[in-house]
Parts: sequence; C-alpha cells; structure tokens
Amino acid sequence: MNPGAAVPSTPNVPGPSGRPETVVLGDADVARALTRIAHEIVERNKGAADVVLLGIPTRGVPLARRLAQRLASVVGSDHQALVGELDVTMYRDDLRRNPTRPVGATHLPPSGIDDKVVVLVDDVLFSGRTIRAALDAISDLGRPRAVQLAVLVDRGHRELPIRPDYVGKNLPTSAEERVSVRLAELDGTGDSVTIRGGGPR
Amino acid sequence: MKHLLSTAGLAREDAITILDTAAQMATTQSREIKKLPTLRGRTVVNLFFEDSTRTRISFETAAKRLSADVINFSAKGSSVSKGESLKDTALTLQAMGADAVVCRHQASGAPHLLAHAGWLDSAVVNAGDGTHQHPTQALLDAYTMRRHLAGPPGSGPDDAAALGADLAGRRVAIVGDVLHSRVARSNVHLLHTLGAEVTLVAPPTLLPVGVESWPCEVSYHLDESLREGAPDAIMMLRVQRERMSGAGAGAFFPNPLEYTRKYGLDGRRLALLPEHAIVMHPGPMNRGLEISAEAADSPRAVIVEQVANGVAVRMAVLYLLLSGRDAPGAPDPSEGSVLA
Amino acid sequence: MSTTYLLRGVAPLGGDPADLLLRDGLIAEIGAAGSIDPAGRPGEDAATVVDGAGLVALPGLVDLHTHLREPGREDAETVRSGTRAAAAGGFTAVHAMANTTPVADTAGVVEQVWRLGRDAGWADVHPVGAVSVGLGGERLAELGAMADSAARVRVFSDDGRCVADPILMRRALEYVKAFDGVVAQHAQEPRLTEGAQMNEGVVSAEIGLTGWPAVAEEAIIARDVLLAEHVGSRLHVCHLSTARSVDIVRWAKSRGVDVTAEVTPHHLVLTDELARGYDPTFKVNPPLRTQADVDAVRDGLADGTIDIVATDHAPHTREDKDCEWPAAAFGMTGLETALSVVQATMVDTGRLTWSDVARVMSSAPARIARTDAGERPQGRPLEVGEPANVVLVDPAATRVVDGAAQVTASGNTPFRGRELPGRVVATFLRGAATVLDGVPVERPEGGVA
Repeated sequence: MNPGAAVPSTPNVPGPSGRPETVVLGDADVARALTRIAHEIVERNKGAADVVLLGIPTRGVPLARRLAQRLASVVGSDHQALVGELDVTMYRDDLRRNPTRPVGATHLPPSGIDDKVVVLVDDVLFSGRTIRAALDAISDLGRPRAVQLAVLVDRGHRELPIRPDYVGKNLPTSAEERVSVRLAELDGTGDSVTIRGGGPR
Repeated sequence: MKHLLSTAGLAREDAITILDTAAQMATTQSREIKKLPTLRGRTVVNLFFEDSTRTRISFETAAKRLSADVINFSAKGSSVSKGESLKDTALTLQAMGADAVVCRHQASGAPHLLAHAGWLDSAVVNAGDGTHQHPTQALLDAYTMRRHLAGPPGSGPDDAAALGADLAGRRVAIVGDVLHSRVARSNVHLLHTLGAEVTLVAPPTLLPVGVESWPCEVSYHLDESLREGAPDAIMMLRVQRERMSGAGAGAFFPNPLEYTRKYGLDGRRLALLPEHAIVMHPGPMNRGLEISAEAADSPRAVIVEQVANGVAVRMAVLYLLLSGRDAPGAPDPSEGSVLA
Repeated sequence: MSTTYLLRGVAPLGGDPADLLLRDGLIAEIGAAGSIDPAGRPGEDAATVVDGAGLVALPGLVDLHTHLREPGREDAETVRSGTRAAAAGGFTAVHAMANTTPVADTAGVVEQVWRLGRDAGWADVHPVGAVSVGLGGERLAELGAMADSAARVRVFSDDGRCVADPILMRRALEYVKAFDGVVAQHAQEPRLTEGAQMNEGVVSAEIGLTGWPAVAEEAIIARDVLLAEHVGSRLHVCHLSTARSVDIVRWAKSRGVDVTAEVTPHHLVLTDELARGYDPTFKVNPPLRTQADVDAVRDGLADGTIDIVATDHAPHTREDKDCEWPAAAFGMTGLETALSVVQATMVDTGRLTWSDVARVMSSAPARIARTDAGERPQGRPLEVGEPANVVLVDPAATRVVDGAAQVTASGNTPFRGRELPGRVVATFLRGAATVLDGVPVERPEGGVA
C-alpha cells in the first residue's frame, strides 16, 4: 500500500471556523490507516510482545488507544496493558515564546517502558520538536530497548533530524497551511483530517 | 498571570489550574529522575528579608527541580543590613537578569511594590509579606485539602477525584492568631474562592478590626466550632511567643496555659472532629501550645504532607509564571491557554 | 518703594466686580469696577494694572500647620522653598511646626526660623513652639521665652507627637494663658497606635498594615476638651480626621469650651482605600480615613464645628517615600493644592461660599494664632486701610497636578495626576507681588525687612 495515495476528491466545505477547508481523510480513511499502521508495527517488531504505545496529548492519546485495540486483537492481549500517555509539555523548548500550556498527565502502561519497544503516537508530524521533547521525556522515565514513531499525518517541514516509522498519510503542505485532526473521542464529530489556509491549493 | 502576590482576586479557574498543574508536578516527584528541564536557563532569585529556612528551601527545591538557576539573596545578612533600599536591591536583581523574584519581607506590601514600582521586569512571587499574604502557603493548603477531601468522606487521598475539583461545601476551621497571620488571610480568600466555608476561631484580641468584611464566619469558641461546625479540615496557626508578653503592643491573652486550654488542639478536641477530618499546621509548630503532640502526630495530621505538597505547588507557580512570558500579544483562547 | 497695583474688576470674596488699589503695603482704595484710574493723582506713581476679570479676590491665606523642615531637613524643604510654595498656593503667612532638628523648643531656634522667613520674603513665617523639651513629652519647653522672643510665639505644639501625658497637657494649657497662647494638639494616643501605619478598618485588615484606630484620636480630643474646660484654657485640635472627632468638638463647643479645630485638605477628599496599592505617597498621620469620615469632616467644616483648613504640608525626600510602606515617612505636601481641594470639595459643591473660604483659610487661622494683630497683621478683611495681603484666584481654571512641577522642594503630593479646579493667579504680601501670572516672583520686594 502506498501511504502517499491520491487525495480523495472531496470538494471544499466550510469548516467550523467558516473558512473553506479541504477534507483530506475521512472516517474510513483514518480507520484504514490505523489498521495498516498496526500491522506494520507487528511486522516490524516480529509480533507485539514487547511493544507499548505512548500517545502524546492531546490527539495522540486516542490514536494510541485505537492502535492498542488493533494490536491487542492481533496478538491477543489486553489492550489497556499496551498503552499509556506521555505529556511532553515540560520538555518543550518553546515554553517561553508561546502562551502558557496546561501541563497534562503522564501515565505509563503497567509494565513500564524499560526494555520495551516504545511506539510514540501523535496526530500530525510537523517540525519534529514535539517528538524531540517526547524523546527527552522518555529518557527521564526509563530506558526502552527502542523508540519508534507513528503519526497519522506527516506534513513535512521538519526542523530536526526526526523521521517517522509509521505514517498514516504523507501530506505535502505549505508552512502557512493549517492541518486539523478531529477525532470522535475528543471532538464529538466523525474522524477527519482537514487542511485550510495558505491560499488556493 | 504575571505575578503571584495575593490570593485575593485570584480567579477560581486560575486557582484550579495552579492546583491541577501542581498535581502533575507532584507525579513527577515520585520518579527516580525528579528533575525536569522546563525552566532551563531561567534564573529564580530567592530574595529573603526575613529568615524562613523552610519556605526558602521549598522554593529552592521547586526551582531546581525545574532546572532553573537559583540565587539565594538573604537580605538580612546582606547589603540591606548596611542600609541598601528595596529599590536598589530590585535594580541590582534587574541588572542580574532575574526571571522571577521570590520575595519574603517583614513589611506588608513589599512584594507588591517590587512588582509594580517599575524597578524590575521579573515575575514576583510573594513568599510571605508582613501580616498580609502568603499565597503559596494557601495554595499548598488547598491542594492538600483537595487531595484528602475530594473523594467520598473517609476515602483518603484521591488524586484522580481531586483533579479539576474545587472545595465546594467543605468546611474549614482556621484557629489561632488570625490578626498577625498572613496564612489566615491568604487561606480565607482562596478557600472561599474554591467554595469552602471557612470559620476563623480565635480570641477576640487576635482578630483584626474589619474581619467582618471577610468572606468567612468568626467564632470565639473552639469546642463549639468543632462540635457544631463539624469541620472537614482544621488548620492550627502558629502563636508567636512575643504575643504573650506585655511588651510592645501588649499581651493578647493572659498566658500560654489559658491559650492552650481554650484554643489548643489536643486529644480530646481531636475526638470531637468528624472521622474523616484532617489536621493541618503551616509550621513550625509550638507543640504543647497551639497543638499537642497527640494531635500533631495523629494519623489525621497531614502536616508533613503539606511540606511535600509545597514543593509541587511552588513548581506549578513558577512554571505558570515563567512559561509564556515572551509570547507575542494576548493568548489566543482557541489555543487552549489557561492563564492570561 | 513698592509697586502700586491696581487689581481691576476682581470679585472680592466672589461678590460683585470691583477695583482694588494696593499702595504702600495697604489696600488704598476700593471702587466700582473700572472706576479707579491707574494714572493716580499728580505726584503718585502710575499703578501696574492686573486684569482681574473672572478672578476672585481673597485675603491672603494663612496656614496654621506647615512643616518647613528647616533647620535640619533642608533636603526636603527650606524656609525659602516652603514659603515660595506657600505663595504659589495663595498663602501670605504660614505657621512653621516645631519638629525640626533641632526642635523649635527655645527662643533661639524660633527666632532663627522667624528670621529665615523674614529674609525669604514670600510669606510671613510664624514659628510654632514645642510644648515639651525636644518633643519628648516629659518637661515643658520654655514657652514664655518663646512667647517673649522676636518671633512672638503664640501657638505651641508637639505636632508629630501627641502631648499624651495628661498632667503635662494640663500644665501647658494653663501656662500659655499668661500670654494668650494656644496649645495645638496632635491627638494620637500613643499606646493605641504603636507601630500604626494606616486607618484601622476593613482595608487595614485585608492588606495587613497595622491599624491606627480612630478612637486613638477621639480619646485624646475628648480628654483635652474636658481639660480645657476644666482649666478655662484655649485648645486647638490639629488635623482632626474622624466622624466622632467632629462629634466631640461639636459637643464641646455646645458647652462653651474654647476649642478650635482644623481639617486638612487631604482628609476632605481622600480615603484609606488608597492604601491598597501600598504607595507611601498616601501614608500620612493622622491616616486617611473612610468615606464616612470624609463626609463628616466636610459637614463639620460646613457647619462651623471645624474652624479652619490647615495644610499639614509635610514635604519628604524621595528616598523617604520610595520604599516599603512601613519604612516610609508619614506626610504629604499641601500648600499648592489646598485652595483647589477646598474649592472642589466645599465651594463647587455649594457647602461654602468664597467668603467662608476667606474665613476658614485666612481670618480664623490668623485669629487662633493671634497673628491677626501686631506689627504685620494677617487674616484681615479686604477693606481700605488694611494690609494689602490679597490672593487672586481663577475658579474656572483647571489643572492636572504634577508633583515634579510644584514649587515645593518635595514631590510627595497625593493629588498627582488628578485634575483640580482653580488656580492662584496672583498673591500680594503687603502690596508686594509674590506671585504674578501664576508664577512666584523671584526676589520679592518684601525680602528685606
């Protein structure tokens, strides 16, 4: 399967802000992408025995849970035991320049992360700075055997040498455009990935 | 939030943000690696014009756990004793590039002056000023109460239930020298903001004229307050030895024995409290005066926990004051900013 | 030879426009507006005409309560700078409080201050003598020697401190009867005000500054009016600030006690709410009180219970105010804002007429201090033959107070940034202009005695 598959030909629709947005992924696309990633994780790690998923708030957390459910069905274990959440706020390098961020919770899976394969899960990969912060946070929490990265959307514009291991969709964007991910668990709508701003595409 | 000078005027949502942030900070403090890189490169100055080893160490620990550089400026043994003015001290700290100044001062209003006189750009945290305010003490007290009282009565500390919660309907008795207590002033405002019902219990001589304007009840009788008020938490205030002598402004009560008899928390009064009630004291305690050893060491006492919670609360305050400081313009509410 | 001035078309005491001719230090002529010819009679110098259209003419103001700080604190104010500020505020005489360094408790010190005033020339300076040696509150100072000195002291006060000892107060009240003196009491019970920083009440409870209870003032005033009645002496109550102080003085006057009372301009308008910002500019003794007290002192001034307005002008250097509230000095400047505050609070509100203002700020204070007679009488009516002590006020003008722009050497005005009505356009001391066009005249002619 080619992660860079053609954009579904959805016309521009008004988004919540009233500005036109383009829907890049819908419910079914998101589900398919996660299923594929789950399989790739199992394939890459030759099973899921030592794999734990850490979702990065906010939207990485439900994505990690969904991935955990899929992994659990593949390897036949309790999905709760596979997943945790990792708040990276206190490891960010832009705290001073941005409005104060609320500090979120960090919950590790019951088995911890030492000697595990930790798969970080986030919605959008952009500059890479959040992942840099997550790597620092992980090193304060334990010593995993390996750390991998799964993202729903990779929109490019990396500022650090960071590369995802699993990508739902590669989405070429301009820096001015804004990519929004909405998930049923948090946003009370169906799942979607939309893009807006930055002039006509 | 640019400074933390007083709990009066602290909005409910800001107070809860501080407490919730403190809860997250607290979880990091049970880890093997307690230090976070959050305030790397920032300088926090502990400017103490009055001795308080406990408060200074608590702030110092909080700042260091967040990787800030800490400078302790004990003004008692420093240039102030040679007559340097607060203004010159402030200008010196400004020149040294302090990002936050934690100020303890015997004069009410000194931190307010530091924050507003235009001498200093730093964030100012009031670490206790005269008989005015000690906001981080009240925040750590509220944090401690919330942990213990957020769940069903008697269920013990419950961090999950505490998150996001206030103290609505909880009853708190604050007992002792209210007149001279910045802890009492800070707590009355904060606990009221969080929805608690506060009763001040003290001899009339140790209550300020004007207390009737405070958002709380006032009682002169401890036994009655315990029996009829059934407080969920009781906070004993320290009684300064100099309040008992006839020197200066005169004795505020006849002698320590009578004070203990009427306002001390002992085993008998402990038994009057509801099963789930917690016993608090800002420290340092005068054992045998305002609190007996039996009460201080009882399982209901959370006095040692207050100290631990102090570090988490001060980490939260430093984080919230120092992050976002250089953010351009007003925070965009759609970005989920919690403190303006 | 002094200049002759023709004040054309001024409104004496706010009445009908008239011409006033000031010649040889006296009010030489009063006539209908436009009736006096500035050219004068043959052999007389032509008069300098001051256009007085729209200006109110009042007798030169007399301040019974001024801190000139000299000798001792010349960094805060000097007799020269203080009297210049007085002239700018419309005053032609000030009574200089005794709490200088050294204390004005001997004939030597009061004569020094008196001579400095003569040399300055902007306003007459009448030293107030200390009641007790060094303001110590223990032994009577040489009241008689000060009374007999060149300064002819008639007002005695330990201002800044209270004559708290009842027997010392009784003796002082009795002793000054011999030379028609008066004891001006700073009413502050010391034990009730140890460490006091501000009015005791709702605000002090919240902001944690030690309270200065109203009762500490009222208890002393009550005691003193009873003492004055008992020994048949004259008592003056300085800067009373509370509603019950007004009640006590009103009651004492109804009994015929020979008591007079003063209120400061700041107590006519400012309240303890201003302490919330911990700005020591608002730290003053007696402290700013509540709105109820402000209302009561205005009532007292309007009904005559309070006899006079006195400034308690208390200049302080910046270092004495640029610090923590408890470390800061008590006091605020007042000479240049007093008349405006009285206009705003009492005249513009219809509580006093300009004629009343002349009473409470000129004739009554001079009468209390007995400076309304003698070689250089003050507080006299605007009548032909009286000394030409005149102030011209433009009541329609407004200005925003700027501490740095004031004439006094210190900047601690509590009215900084406030807009106040009224402007002193000209002040004449015995016919010599000390202020013209709103600015102090350099080297005033009265400077050489």
